[in-house]
Formats: sequence, C-alpha cells, structure tokens
Amino acid sequence: MQLLETVSALSGSGAMVWLLIAIPLVCSAILMLSGKVADGWGHFLATAAPIASFVIGLILFMQLLGSAADARSINVDLYEWIGTGNWSIGLGLLVDPLSILFVLLITGVGSLIHIYSIGYMAHDERRRRFFAYLNLFIGAMLTLVLANNYLVLFLGWEGVGLASFLLISFWAHKPSAAAAGNKAFIVNRVGDLGLSLAIFSMLAMFGSVRFEDVNAGAAELSPLWATLIGFFLLLAACGKSAQVPLQSWLLDAMEGPTPVSALIHAATMVTAGVYLVVRSNAIYAQTEIATTAVAIVGTVTLLAGAWIGTSKDDIKKVLAGSTMSQIGYMMLAAGLGPIGASFAIFHLITHGAFKANMFLGAGSVMHGMNDDVNMRHFGALAKPMKITFFTFAMGYLAIIGFPFTSGFYSKDHIIEAAFQHNTIIGVLALIGAGVTAYYMTRLMMMTFFGKKRWADDVHPHESPLVMTVPLILLAIASIVAGLFMNGWIQDWLASSTGQEPHNTPLIHFTTIGLITLAVVAVGVLVGWFLHRGDIPRDEPVTKNPLVHAGRNDLYGDAFNEHAIIRPAKGFAGALTSFDRGAVDGVAMGSAAVASGLGAWLRKGQNGLVRSYGLTLSAGIVVLAVVVILGQLG
Amino acid sequence: MNPEGYLVLSAILFAIGIAGFLLRRNAIIAFMSIELMLNATNLAFVGFANYHGNLDGLIAAFFVMVVAAAEVVVGLAIIVAVYRARRSASVDDANLMKF
Amino acid sequence: MMPLIPLVTASEVAFWVCAPIAVLCALGLLLARKPVHSAVSMAGVMVSLAVLYAAQDAPFLFVIQIVVYTGAILMLFLFVVMLIGVDSMDSIVETIKGHRIASALVAFGLGALLIAAVGQFAVNGAPAGLAAANAEYGGNIESIAALLFGKYVFLFEASSALLITAAVGAMLLAHGERLKKKATQVETAAERVRAYVEEGEHPGPLPNSGVFARHNAISIPALLPDGTIAEKSVSKTLTMRGVVVDVNELRAPTNTAYAAIEARDAAIEGDDE
Repeated sequence: MQLLETVSALSGSGAMVWLLIAIPLVCSAILMLSGKVADGWGHFLATAAPIASFVIGLILFMQLLGSAADARSINVDLYEWIGTGNWSIGLGLLVDPLSILFVLLITGVGSLIHIYSIGYMAHDERRRRFFAYLNLFIGAMLTLVLANNYLVLFLGWEGVGLASFLLISFWAHKPSAAAAGNKAFIVNRVGDLGLSLAIFSMLAMFGSVRFEDVNAGAAELSPLWATLIGFFLLLAACGKSAQVPLQSWLLDAMEGPTPVSALIHAATMVTAGVYLVVRSNAIYAQTEIATTAVAIVGTVTLLAGAWIGTSKDDIKKVLAGSTMSQIGYMMLAAGLGPIGASFAIFHLITHGAFKANMFLGAGSVMHGMNDDVNMRHFGALAKPMKITFFTFAMGYLAIIGFPFTSGFYSKDHIIEAAFQHNTIIGVLALIGAGVTAYYMTRLMMMTFFGKKRWADDVHPHESPLVMTVPLILLAIASIVAGLFMNGWIQDWLASSTGQEPHNTPLIHFTTIGLITLAVVAVGVLVGWFLHRGDIPRDEPVTKNPLVHAGRNDLYGDAFNEHAIIRPAKGFAGALTSFDRGAVDGVAMGSAAVASGLGAWLRKGQNGLVRSYGLTLSAGIVVLAVVVILGQLG
Repeated sequence: MNPEGYLVLSAILFAIGIAGFLLRRNAIIAFMSIELMLNATNLAFVGFANYHGNLDGLIAAFFVMVVAAAEVVVGLAIIVAVYRARRSASVDDANLMKF
Repeated sequence: MMPLIPLVTASEVAFWVCAPIAVLCALGLLLARKPVHSAVSMAGVMVSLAVLYAAQDAPFLFVIQIVVYTGAILMLFLFVVMLIGVDSMDSIVETIKGHRIASALVAFGLGALLIAAVGQFAVNGAPAGLAAANAEYGGNIESIAALLFGKYVFLFEASSALLITAAVGAMLLAHGERLKKKATQVETAAERVRAYVEEGEHPGPLPNSGVFARHNAISIPALLPDGTIAEKSVSKTLTMRGVVVDVNELRAPTNTAYAAIEARDAAIEGDDE
C-alpha cells in the first residue's frame, strides 16, 4: 500500500526530483561495483550523470519560473523514514527557489568539472574510482540541498563529508594526503555534532524537523532555545564551511586532486554552511545573539582567510585562503539578517563560478608545470598558457570586484549591507576587499608575469581542449553571472529568505561602492608594486610576525594542538589510568574472587563417580524433603 | 491386597539399590544396583497399575525393561572395554575427569 | 458382616513370602564380596519380583521378568563377571573419607522419605485389580498388545531403534582390534622353512606323545631312540602344570616283566647245562 502511494507520488509533478539525486548515486554505484569492466567508459558515464541532473534541474527551474511567486515550491514526500510515537520523519524532497539555485550551481559547475577531470585525471590508474566518488559527492550534495527536513539534509551532509574525505585522501599513498583526509573528517565531526544537537533540539521543541514546521514554529520559540539552536547550527556551518574556529582542515584539504578542490572545497560543499544558515533564517530571526555571532564569525574568517592568502606560496593554498575569506563574506551576509541572506546566496553562486574557474585554472597551470604548486617556481606563464591566463584573469577580475563583473555586484552588496548594519563590521569587510585585491594581484604577478623561474626540465604547455572548454565557460560565467542575476535574485529568493526585495540597478555607484573600488585599487597597486621585480625561488626568511603567522595558517594547528588535542590527550590519559586502576581493579578483583571460589569448589570435582552419585542422591533427598514439607505446610 | 505393601517393598529395594551404587566399587555390582533400582520402580508401576485397574503401568514397566536391556548391553560393553584398557573393574580407578 | 479375621488371599501369601526374600537377596547383593554372589542374589530378587507380578494379575510381565531379565540380562552380567575375573574380591576398606557414612545416611534417608511418602498415599477403598482391564481384549497379553500396538506404537518403534543402536554400540565398544594381519597358509609355510634354514628348527609336525603298552595319553612324553625323553612331544602347558607322567614309572612294570622273563630264561638255560 505504501509502495503504491510512493509510486503515485513519484509520478506526480515531483516525478523528476528524485531522479536528480538517483542518477549520480546509481552511476556511482555502477562505477564502484563494476570493477575493471568500467575502466574504459566509466568516466563518460560519470560525466553524463551530472549533465543529466543539470538538464532535469533546468526543466524544474523553468517550471518554477513559470509558476506564480507564491507557488514556487515542489514538495515530494517519498516515504516515511522513521515513524516512532509522535514523530514521523519522512524522506522528502523540496524544490524551491533557494534549492533550485543550488541544484543548478552544483550540477552546472559539477558537470564542467567532470568534463575537466576527464583530461586532468587521464593518466591516473584509479580514474574510475575518482569519478565514482565525484558522482557520490554530487548525489550527496543534491540530497543536502533538496531535503525538505533537517534529517535528510543531515544525510546529505554526512554524504558530502564522506565524499570529501575519500577525495582529499584520494592519493592516500602520500602520508600528507591521508592525514589531510583524516583531519577534514575529524574536524567536520565537530560541526556534525552541532548539527546533531540542533536536530535533537528541533525534535524536542517542534516535534518535527521539516523546514516548514520549523519555520512555522520558530516564532514561538523561547529566546534561550532559539539562541541555542542558532549556535548549534552555526557550529555545524563552521565545520562544513571552514569558518573560524574550525577552519584548519580546508588548507590541508588541498592535498586532494585539483578538480576536487574546485568542486568540493571551493564551489559547493564548503558553502553548505551558508546554505544551512540561510535555510534556518526563521530561527535566526528570533535570536539577535546567534545572528551577531554568525556575522562575527564571518568577519573574522574573511580577514583570517585573506591574511593567510597573502603569505602562502602554494597557489592552491592561496586560493583556499581566498575561499575561506569569501565564505566569510557569505557568512557575514547571512548574519546580517534577512537583508543579507539573498546577498549571501548571490555571492555564493558567483563565487562558485569564479572560484571554480580559478581552481581549475590553477590545476591547468599545475598540469603544465609537472604538478608543481609553488608560485615561486612559476612566473611569465601568460605566454605559454594563453587560454588559462585569460580565463584566470576573468576570475581575478571577478573576485576583486572589478566593475560590472559578477564579484562587483555580489560582494559590494555585502559590504554595503555590512555598513548599514554596523560600521565596524563594514570597515573590516572593506579592508578584507582590499587585502583580497592584494593577494590576488600577488598571485597573478607571481604566476603569469615577471621572469620565468621554472626549472629547465619543465616545459609549460596549454592544457587539452577537454580542460580548457570548462575554463572558458566558467570564465564567461564569472563575468556575466552578476549582470544577469543582480536585478532578479532578491525577487527570486524572497519566499525563501523572507525579505522584501529592494533591487539595485545595474549601474549604481554609492559612496561606499566608490570607497570600495578605491580600496581595491590600492590593494591591486600594492600587489603590483611589491611583486613587479624579481622574486626569489626560495621562500625568503622573514621576521615580520604577520607574514609568519600567515605562513603558519595563523597558528590554527598550533592552537588546536595546545587548546584541544593536548588537553584531550591528558584527559584520555587520566581516563586510561582510571580505567586501569579503578575499573580494571574492580573487574580483575571480581575475577580473582570468582577464580578463588572456583579453585575451592573444584575440589569437589574429584573424578570419583561415587562421590558424584552421593551428591546427586543428597540433592534428591533435599528436594524430596522440600516437596514433602511443602505438602505438609 | 492394598498397594502400600508393594510400595514399601519398592522403596526398600530402591534404597538398597542406592546404597549399593554408592558403596560398592566394583563396576559390575554398581551396575547391578542400578538394575535393582529399576526393578524397584517396576514393582511400584505394577502395584499402581493393579490399584488403578489399568494396564498403562504394565506398559511402563515393559518399556523400563526394554531400556534396561539396551542400557545393560552398552554398559557392560563399556565395563569390558575399560577393563581391557586398565585391567580393573573399580569405578574409583576411572577418575581422570577431574581438576 | 465383616469377618473378624480378614481372609488371607493367595496374593497376600505370595507377598509375605516373596517380599522378605527380595529384601534379603537385595541385602545379599549389597553385602556380598564376590560379584558372582551378588549376581546370584540379584537373580533371587528378580525371581521374587516376578512372583509378585504374577500375584498382581500381570502374567505377561511375570514371564518377561523371568525370561528377559533373569534369563538374559542377568546372564549377561554373569558372563561379564566370568570375563573379568570371577575370583576378584572387593576390598572392604573405604578409600573416600566419610563416604560410607554419608552414603548410608543418604540411602536410609531416601528410603525413609519414600516410605513416608507412601504413608501419605491416601487409599480409597480396595484396589481395582487388573481383572477387568485384562478381560477387555480377552486376556492380559492381548490387552497389553492392544495398548502396545495402538496407543504406544510409536514408543514401541522408538525403542526398537534404541535396541539396534545399543547393539551396534556394544559391538563397537567391545570389539578388539586385530593387531597384525592374519597370516596365510603360504606365509606360515615360508616362515617355517625360514626357521629351518636359519635356526635349524624341524619344519615338520611335532612328535606325538608317547605310546606305551598301558598308556597313550597326551601327558605322556615320547622316548627318543637312546631312551631319553623327547621334550617336544608334550604340551608346554602340561609340563608347567606338572601333570606330565614320569616315564620311568611307566616303564617299571615292563622292566619288571622283562626281568622276570630274563630270570626265567636264565633258569631254563641253567637247567639245560
């Protein structure tokens, strides 16, 4: 009966929604299970999967576009997953303006990165497995964004965590990659704890984890619980989106293959935290404290990430720091209340495009430079890698917020909103924009300009077409996405973020916008001035504490080591000695008592049949006496 | 004739059988004591059958005999096998199964 | 009117005769030092019980008790007693400390409890007796057969499986393994010739026992041509037992007769001179 209902649900308007998730997951399973048979064609199948999902996403998007503004939501309840007592948690999917944007981002960027990976991973003997993991990631990420309740979201949340772990440590023969995978997994557990606690609290408060129930019930939530849930969700978001204080795993995660860094650790998965916060806007609307905390975390992270970006020589780590920083902007926007939420998503999408573009560009550079990542070994690559250089330049312009590129619209909105909200935060965000311009200029100068510094046996060359075409597409998106979405996204997201749209025109320079441009220009100039000359091939020794801190990831690992790992080890040591002394003492003591008793009792086991017979008979006598006494009494 | 007499006789024979099993070391005599106990129960069966006037007690005694026959065959074979191996029919000598 | 002196029935007579015999024989089983005596006492118990069965309208069990129990099972016991030493006697010394007293107490206590339990047995009138039940199918054996092949037929068949298993098990347990391969006639002959070649043993049959005018039993050694005794003409077992007849003893009458004849011949010859 339930099956019939499920089937009828699947054949309704939401018929295609579950296919979005199912296609990549099934492809992933096929690739993992089919063994060497699929070595030859597995990557094509895997690439077809996100493209198919993208097409379905587009159809759904058109369907939503055609609907009235208040009817833009498709809810598909597949079946009841957990039904206990008062709780009924379903496996359900929700397509609404927010999730469909994510679907398009994930499947669109995902498709391009799959195509790119065909070229990038061409010579890896475990290519089939790589694509299986990528498909698993796409399926899990789509589950995350399409869930209609927090528990299914959690399912996807853990799924992307698993895929991230598998892909970071994909080259597990390198100890550093294996360690990085473990680190990402463990740090993410801390965030998952937050999400678990949030889900438990929601079950306790609302008796349901469906978004609509939570949104409806949030208004009656007590301030204490709203704040608590807000902080739990923030912890979860910090873990997944590498926000301070759980930021340390993202830089190490660059050990994974570059397409993974682009897809998971720049464009999609790390933005899941922002999605979570935006999705939970009803909760945050009830709690000023948690909202402010989100904004503070975002601000701190955007500065920390930018700082790290200024001092790294590893091109991927610069981009990773930049990713942290940009997600910091998104968190900041999400923490500004309903006004910022749509800006956060706006920036998230444009960032997904231009950061994926730059990561893939970095991958293309590495591809031509024998997998070297040290920018001090690059220089003057603009000539041998024209396409890579031009596409990278588009991404560069977008991220620094050059007028009329996508970053200009999305990031400037956030800075403006921050100024409206709080001047200090606004100023900090502005400084962040300047630093961003500086470190991106530094990256460009060190990689593409100046004198060539590469070794003689390195022959830089342009990447094959299968890699450059995605770069070109993403570069176009980096430039024009802002133009297309600027006037539209707030209307589109109004129902999801609960905010009155107030769109800005395309050509719109406010005072703050002009100041921002000026700060960015200063950052670019400083970057150009400092790196215009010769750059030593080896990292120069510096006494500048700021640079030192940046090179060491702002001492994030050292902080973790001293603040968390050592106390935890000490605590574990204490527990161990307690276990040895007290627990084992009790256990061994009782064992000693038992064995002593046994040693005494076994004297009865003398092997003589007649003694046993005597015991038996005596037992019978005793039993008979008991029975007879019972009869008498 | 009331059944008490038979039952008392049965009880006495049974007790003697127990005593024989517990006190005698010769395996064959211990075994005969077991047979004596079986016989005592048979007597009780027959006595009750007679008292109640149905034949089920006789059937029970019959099956006790059947089982006793099988038991004696196996038991004596074991005694012979043990005697062959250890040159002794004393139950106290077969005491390896101990701590 | 109730008779003042209760009528003594045949079954009561049987009980009062057989019960003491059974108890005495059981005590004999318990106390006899030789297993053979115990077995014979056991036979006494069984026969007494058989009589008691007969006294209670159970002729089938009476016969079974004597034929199967006393006749077959107990004889099996006796057979084993013979096999493992009919002469063996139990030591009276108890080796387990306190065992004898404890065992006696337990046995006595159990007997007392059982008798006490019998005392609780409420007797409601005279026993029904088996006459009616026996008559149902026209006799004790027919009625038992009706039960055995009707109500209890599966039990009966199960017991057949039990008996088969027991028989096979007993065979396995009591079976002695042959240590060497059985020698064939050819091998025996070869062995004999080998012994002749290497050790000079006579390959033919052993000499038969001595044949004398008055005796030719196997306990009489044969004489060699020189008048000495042929050792091999008598079984070693007989030699060890010391039952071999002294040849000189056998010769004595003959020698006496010869001497007499020679004396007479000498006398006759002397007369001739």
